[in-house]
Amino acid sequence: MPATAAATDAPSTTSPSGRGRRRSEDRSDAGTKAFNRLAATCLTLFALIWLVPFVWALITSLRPNNEITSHPTRPWSNNWNLDAYSSTWTTNPIGWWYVNSFIISTLSVLFTVVVCSMAGFALVHLKWRGKYVILGLILGGLMLPMEAIVLPQFMQFRALGLLGTYWALILPVVAAPVAVFVFHAFMRGIPDALIEAARLDGASWFRIYYQVCLPLCRPAISAVAILTFISTWNQFLWPLLVLTQTKSQTIPVGLGSLIGGSAIQYAETMASAVLGILPLLAVFLLLQRQIVQGVANTGIK
Amino acid sequence: MTSTPTVAAPTAGAATQTRRRSAKAPAGQNRAGWLLSSPFIILYVLFLIGPVLVGVVISLFNTTTVAPGLGDFVGFSNYKDVLSNADFWASMWHSVLFTLMTTPLLVLLPLLFAILAARLTRGRWFFRLAFFAPYVVPSSAVCLIFAFMYTPQTGLITNAFGWFGLTAPDFLGTTSGAWFAVVLLTLWWTFGFNFILYTAAIQEISEEVYEAAAIDGAGPWQQIRSITVPLLAPTMSLVFILQLLASLKVFDQIFLLLQGGPNYSTRPVIEYIYDTGFTSYRGGYASAATMVYFLLLVAVSTGWLLVRNRRNSVPNA
Repeated sequence: MPATAAATDAPSTTSPSGRGRRRSEDRSDAGTKAFNRLAATCLTLFALIWLVPFVWALITSLRPNNEITSHPTRPWSNNWNLDAYSSTWTTNPIGWWYVNSFIISTLSVLFTVVVCSMAGFALVHLKWRGKYVILGLILGGLMLPMEAIVLPQFMQFRALGLLGTYWALILPVVAAPVAVFVFHAFMRGIPDALIEAARLDGASWFRIYYQVCLPLCRPAISAVAILTFISTWNQFLWPLLVLTQTKSQTIPVGLGSLIGGSAIQYAETMASAVLGILPLLAVFLLLQRQIVQGVANTGIK
Repeated sequence: MTSTPTVAAPTAGAATQTRRRSAKAPAGQNRAGWLLSSPFIILYVLFLIGPVLVGVVISLFNTTTVAPGLGDFVGFSNYKDVLSNADFWASMWHSVLFTLMTTPLLVLLPLLFAILAARLTRGRWFFRLAFFAPYVVPSSAVCLIFAFMYTPQTGLITNAFGWFGLTAPDFLGTTSGAWFAVVLLTLWWTFGFNFILYTAAIQEISEEVYEAAAIDGAGPWQQIRSITVPLLAPTMSLVFILQLLASLKVFDQIFLLLQGGPNYSTRPVIEYIYDTGFTSYRGGYASAATMVYFLLLVAVSTGWLLVRNRRNSVPNA
């Protein structure tokens, strides 16, 4: 949080253009000020509305069910309690869902970063036959709508005997064209002279990749890692098809099975929603700046 | 690796050194290049190209999803069936309708909000937090919360209609109510992504342009209209295509919140494929539907690329 605050303050205090902006604002008429005030009010109002579903889920999860039905819109309770959490934790294997999601996302991140950074390095700093064919193939891969093609994918994984395993979720994610492009763009910024020097010192190409280039790619690594983690964690349709046993499901699939369930257990349902939101929201709050920058730079969806 | 010249004569010029290296290296570089990119290439061929090829093959057979094996070769009859099936076209239309409803909202509203947010010097982190946080929430958690808020009588959104003297539609029971529910949910959930793309692009615009405009007496509205929006055109184009593709691929919200209902009136293509492939077990038929839909998506992105390239090349020519 302090970092983001500093980032937004920076232009107005340090850069000369920022100072100019402030000066011109002082000079500007009342109309501009009124406009900015109106913009601020509108935005704040909408931002607060945007937070309502979160807050409402949290409030509901802490109220007893009979109170929810008798006073549905009352935002406070005479009897705050955590019963719904313990109840949903015992009736659903949420702990398992967390473990599965965590293992799948972590392994996906690990493999994606290694595999795609190696490819990015080879595409930028090495001359090899077929390189431009591969580059074109990856570019074309950006346009493949993989979410649309789950059915043939399912048949393929059944033939491979991988249904129901973590591998079924990890393997299709790893070769991500977008991730290669992020590394490609970053590796291009590393000067050839640096690699030449390492070469003259007798370093192998793998060592140059591993010890020279990879450490310099830290921002690219963190962007790819964070965005891969979020997108694999949130996958829904593919794990729904592949992981059929309740205990082996991931958080999104497990939570999905609770929708439309017991209509009267509002508090329990909202408690499980809050539990489903919590891990990624925590990651987001911790790494807000990196995530936002990663999205802005790559446009990964 | 052994062929590398380790005798780096300090007197040799840099130019001759590079020339010697590039003349000698390719054998080693060729091997290293393929070795380092082989994990990627193998996984790419197996799991990105693989399913597409499997889809093409299966769509020509009467494969069932329950039994292993391909079944009998049936040629293009699956495609003929798909293209003449009213349910398939209905589901196609639902995906397109959802796209028509969400794309304008999700291209223009985040633009407006990002422009307004950029004018403010304080509290930007708060807007970013509020608007982007929903994007990291899994679809099923979003649907759990919204399903609760759409509940008749007890739901917050249902009650909110009453505060303005309106009657809430039956969100999950009628087709129009269902579309409203899904579009509102999608707006809340994915708004932040486009907001962030716009915000990043706005920060690239030099402050001096605005200063000059302000000195010339341009008001805030004029500045937005004649500076910010035109300079954001490339970003708008990018957001537009990303949104178009994302909306055409809608599945999670409609499946979780409505199961494609009421009475299949909102069922999108992906759910149609899911139903025919995994409930009726018609693997070959569902693969043919997949390939038709797949081609539509590829055509949309290719079309966008062609238009963009032509437009980019015009000023240069």
